[in-house]
Amino acid sequence: MAGILVLGYGNPGRGDDGLGPALAEAIAQRDFEDVRVVTAFQLGVEDACALKDYGAAVFVDAAVEGPEPFFFREVGPGDPASFTSHSVSPAGLVGLARDLFGARTRAFVLGIRGYSFDEFGAPISPPAQANLEAALAFLGARLAAGGGAPALAQGAAVAPAG
Amino acid sequence: MATTVTINPVTRIEGHARITLHLGDDHKVHEAYFHVNEFRGFEKFCEGRLYTEMPTITPRICGICPTSHSLASAKACDAIQRLIPTPTGVLLRRLAQAGQMLASHALSFFHLSSPDLLLGFDADPASRNILGLAAKAPEIAVKGVLLRKLGQEVSERLTGKKIHVLGMVPGGMAFPLSEEDRAALLAQLPAALETCQMALGILKGYIDSHRDMVASFAMFESPYLGTVGPEGALDFYDGWLRWVDADGGVLAEVPPQRYREFIAERSMDFTYLKYPYFKPLGFEKGFYQVGPLGRVNAATRMSTPLAQAEFREFRSLNGGRPVHGAFFHHYARLIEMLYCVEELKRLLDDPGITSTDVQARGHRNALEGIGHTEAPRGTLFHHYHVDDTGVLTRVNLLIATGQNNPAMNRAVLEVAKQYVDGERITEGALNRVEHAIRCYDPCLSCSTHALGSMPIDMSLYSASGEELDRARRS
Repeated sequence: MAGILVLGYGNPGRGDDGLGPALAEAIAQRDFEDVRVVTAFQLGVEDACALKDYGAAVFVDAAVEGPEPFFFREVGPGDPASFTSHSVSPAGLVGLARDLFGARTRAFVLGIRGYSFDEFGAPISPPAQANLEAALAFLGARLAAGGGAPALAQGAAVAPAG
Repeated sequence: MATTVTINPVTRIEGHARITLHLGDDHKVHEAYFHVNEFRGFEKFCEGRLYTEMPTITPRICGICPTSHSLASAKACDAIQRLIPTPTGVLLRRLAQAGQMLASHALSFFHLSSPDLLLGFDADPASRNILGLAAKAPEIAVKGVLLRKLGQEVSERLTGKKIHVLGMVPGGMAFPLSEEDRAALLAQLPAALETCQMALGILKGYIDSHRDMVASFAMFESPYLGTVGPEGALDFYDGWLRWVDADGGVLAEVPPQRYREFIAERSMDFTYLKYPYFKPLGFEKGFYQVGPLGRVNAATRMSTPLAQAEFREFRSLNGGRPVHGAFFHHYARLIEMLYCVEELKRLLDDPGITSTDVQARGHRNALEGIGHTEAPRGTLFHHYHVDDTGVLTRVNLLIATGQNNPAMNRAVLEVAKQYVDGERITEGALNRVEHAIRCYDPCLSCSTHALGSMPIDMSLYSASGEELDRARRS
């Protein structure tokens, strides 16, 4: 229950939508203790099963709007819990994990600002790449410091406004 | 002070469904259009690449049916190499496909459609979702999540990845299945079978208690298309294309390589989705339905015992003829879901499934290849042309949701005629139009090549073209 799940999601085949998986893969290479890294095209309801096994989860996604270079915030009760055939919001997953599996996982969203999402096969754009590096430095430092969910929550307070 | 940031959707580029309803002089709905306003040129993106890259690239069209795209692509590559996949390669491809079909159908029923049925069409949209279901019937919601998880786990155990399926290759599969993975999947099948039967019980109970609504909901007759194997058995992976008419008579039964002789497409000015139709019947009469209802209506039988029993009961609803009405897509979907579990058992029990002889190898031997398979939403075609170095010169993807587009328009029209009365769009009418579209479980990501969910924006116009009302569901 003490571990941290880092879940980076998005489509690497579509420009800046690949920011989430790119950050997750970079985190995976650092081999942090008690941190499990998963990449996915998108969130699915079945991910609710996995949440219960972790003390904290960090959802890493590209953001089409909001502050640069990234925002980091805890998922709260007021966040929208949406479900469609193609996406589930982090708040939706946290709610499902809580209601169906008794999970008490604290969840955070790391939203990395992206700019270009339309073109198939495009790489991450240069400004988004710079944002990615800033977000990686931020999350990497938090994970390296240890401390689990409370430390991440403290990070949410000092991260760029979100 | 922190500013508020909308994080939902954070990245998704939405496939936007806009619906317009048009009243006649009698103030009744005369026309309805389901518009798709976005288009991405995936085919163009593929041109100039090596054809062997396609089974890896095409899953990125969509996260819901990546296996189908990868599979159709691999089969097109088989054709270009004039290669017969190894028996184990075929078993593993079928396994991956049954897993994906199970995951997709479970998601469609338990998480998108069952809240409408179990919580009511007129329940608050904010809670008419899986969270609302979790509050009212947690045991059903948990089983639905676990069934979806099993379907996803098949891909994960086959390829090590959940969404980016990388296992499909020309000639078969890239990775064998271990005995450990086979055992782990087999152990979950009894519970999965019970969940499928529970879902069928829920749906049949709903139909029993809402006979009038179900019989009239988006009710219209059409031809149907599905893939059939030996003796007309429904087959997801391979077989011939069979079109049947509204009475079940076979209109055509042909190898998929001849699809262009039987399917034509027409562009419409109100949508980027083309209108495919069965060419021999012409544009006016030739629109057909694919997907669960298309397959179950086109087939003569199911090849597994429990699904066959359900198939017989289903077809008896209309005296053995095809069963019509958009609502019955749900019923057909659940029969297929049960079939998936039985099919997984059959495949995993096959001693050949763990052989390491997973891939035949070849090289380019033809300049054209057509790959076809059944995706969760219907028949899918990948058609490639290459030059003599194997570089793609032309790519055509014929997607299931595109083929169901005329039927979705018709379903919206029928529901609007029934539930829109006067010059306002009521919440009840919006809910039911939304559900009519949900019956088809459309994937606008595939069909328009844009990622996304499906917010609905519906407008009502007078006979003179004045917008009378507008409603939106995000």
